[in-house]
Amino acid sequence: MAVDRRTALKVLAGVGAAASAAAVATPVEARERKVAPPRAMGMLYDTTRCIGCKTCVVACKRANERATEPGPFADKIYDAPLDLDANTKNVIKLYKEGNYESFVKAQCMHCIDPACAAACMLHSLHKNETTGVVEYDSTLCVGCRYCQVACPFGVPKFEFANSAPRIVKCELCRHRVKDAATVVNGFTRYPKGQGPACCEVCPREAVIYGTRDELLAEAKRRIAADPGRYYQDHIYGETEVGGTQVLYLSHVPFAKIGLPDYGTKAGPDTALSVQDGIYYKLPFVAPVALYAALAVVGFRNRRAAGQEEGER
Amino acid sequence: MSEHALVHRPVGGKLLTPGFVALVALGIAGGLVMLYRFVFGLGAVSNLNNGYPWGIWIAIDVVIGTALGCGGYAVGILVYILNRGKYHPLVRPAILTSLLGYGFAGLGVVIDLGRFWEIWKVPVYFWHWSHSPQLEVALCVMTYVAVLAVELSPALLEKMQTSASSGYRRVADVGLRFMDRALVWIVALGLLLPTMHQSSLGTMMLLPGPRVHPLWFTPWLPFLFLVNCIVIGYAIVVIEATFSSLAFHRERHTAMIGSLSKVALWVTLFWIAFRLIDVAIRGTLPFVTGARGVAFVLELLLPATAVGILLSERRRANPAWQIRAAILLLGGGALFRIDSYLVSYMPGANFSYFPSVSEIVLTLGMIALELAFYIAAVRFFPILSGAPAPASTRS
Repeated sequence: MAVDRRTALKVLAGVGAAASAAAVATPVEARERKVAPPRAMGMLYDTTRCIGCKTCVVACKRANERATEPGPFADKIYDAPLDLDANTKNVIKLYKEGNYESFVKAQCMHCIDPACAAACMLHSLHKNETTGVVEYDSTLCVGCRYCQVACPFGVPKFEFANSAPRIVKCELCRHRVKDAATVVNGFTRYPKGQGPACCEVCPREAVIYGTRDELLAEAKRRIAADPGRYYQDHIYGETEVGGTQVLYLSHVPFAKIGLPDYGTKAGPDTALSVQDGIYYKLPFVAPVALYAALAVVGFRNRRAAGQEEGER
Repeated sequence: MSEHALVHRPVGGKLLTPGFVALVALGIAGGLVMLYRFVFGLGAVSNLNNGYPWGIWIAIDVVIGTALGCGGYAVGILVYILNRGKYHPLVRPAILTSLLGYGFAGLGVVIDLGRFWEIWKVPVYFWHWSHSPQLEVALCVMTYVAVLAVELSPALLEKMQTSASSGYRRVADVGLRFMDRALVWIVALGLLLPTMHQSSLGTMMLLPGPRVHPLWFTPWLPFLFLVNCIVIGYAIVVIEATFSSLAFHRERHTAMIGSLSKVALWVTLFWIAFRLIDVAIRGTLPFVTGARGVAFVLELLLPATAVGILLSERRRANPAWQIRAAILLLGGGALFRIDSYLVSYMPGANFSYFPSVSEIVLTLGMIALELAFYIAAVRFFPILSGAPAPASTRS
């Protein structure tokens, strides 16, 4: 009976050796930290400027030709998306608690190292190499929805009501861009009607667009101009989840407006350092070596069995 | 590895028993849900939503479904790598359950994919391949289904050998000779692929990072999934052998299953210890509270109870205790997978998910069809080994 325990130990030793040879050695080594491309486009949203007019929500729907979402009322005449959904790429919500009150805008954060794109099997979701916009190509999408599971901000939405569904998320109105951008008043701008619709219509410049570097500089300027105005004098997205191209300034704690403290580690770091460590660092050496080892053991056992039979 | 000493025979007998008809009926009900889903979309049949994009069709049909298909893997390690030839009679039925488990998991994926008509691009568009762990799972599972079909082909070829047509017999002879020569290469592939994709199933749930509860978020998740699939694999083999002996009055190999249970006991004990130590080292024990805490405790308590049963040599030799332990191992192992994919997932307080009746009917229908296919296969093809048990030992 001790044979069975030894057998079990060998099972574990075998599996453990296979797994640890590849996995253990590698996940400790962090992935290379990704940086935004120099012309990375993004947005800066400032809660202290937003008046909650929701003009951006309407403009976004028009620009992206998304259907209106009926509110939770019987007459269904009120377009009031409560959150991002399969028809809403951008939404304004109001957070209210005690003395705190703040509007908050939600849309894709355009992460520098996006988890959704890391999840995607065929790069249907991928980062544009120049603008850094996380773009969607439905012809490569199988509808597995792993991007939805992976996104820390719950941004990608899926047309569950449609039998030929797509993923819906903000793509920074990339379909509107026709001409080259120019620098206007220190911000990289497309000709009117070609920039992100939400930014173009905002009456208070609560949300503006430009390159990530321009927006970071602007955010720092605003903090320096009025220390203490913003929560912890902090720019959300500068380092969070490896950095995002959409940046936030807020007068209330970020965690209260749907921007939890996720740390500075990029979203896909843990998963991809395991996956890359096993399969890609030494390209496919681990599986090929394991295959060879299994075959060698198999042949040896077979020969031994054959000899045994011959002796009988 | 003296395969020729081992004789597989079709069980024969009447196929359309009331039980079989009931299974097929449940399968048809699931098929209707499937048709409805293909016409009207996922939202029309499921409670899936934009907070919980994955439900039981992924967590049960695919993630647990492939684990149910790990009997072939778990027994294959014993027979071909550790050279425990005594387990050989368990191999072919285990390969059959594996093919069914993986085949239906593949079907489950297609049903769950929103844009299933694009799936052919995944294996073909290799220049678009990413490093997504899910891509590894997808490619590996597709290949493994093919490998399992090849591994099971001797059952079909042996059947063809008894055919009246000499052409069939010739094809069968050639095929069996090829299988005999290529066996090691095929078996090695059949052991490599589950090692890869079963661990990748764990890697997949590392990607949502902060949205996975700390009790399940560990870089060791791939390893935990790998060991877990071996535990489930042994449990399935025990359950399958017991089912066959009861349903078809076959010899039950009680002693062999007793020693297999002992292997399962030690692997499970290791799994429990590893899981506990990992949680303790990462300092996540304080998170064992609330509903998720209960799920975590249950996921350890079920296999721990099985370990308690199997530690006794007397109970380990007893068919009733063997099957009880196997069911506990299966339950605990499956719960770990549901926990990792659904319970641990935290999309925020605005979302909730509980499967719809249609989702449950489809899942049950697939399990029923798997059983029906198994019954039909062992009746018509040489899958099970040996002769019927003598009448005196029938239960």
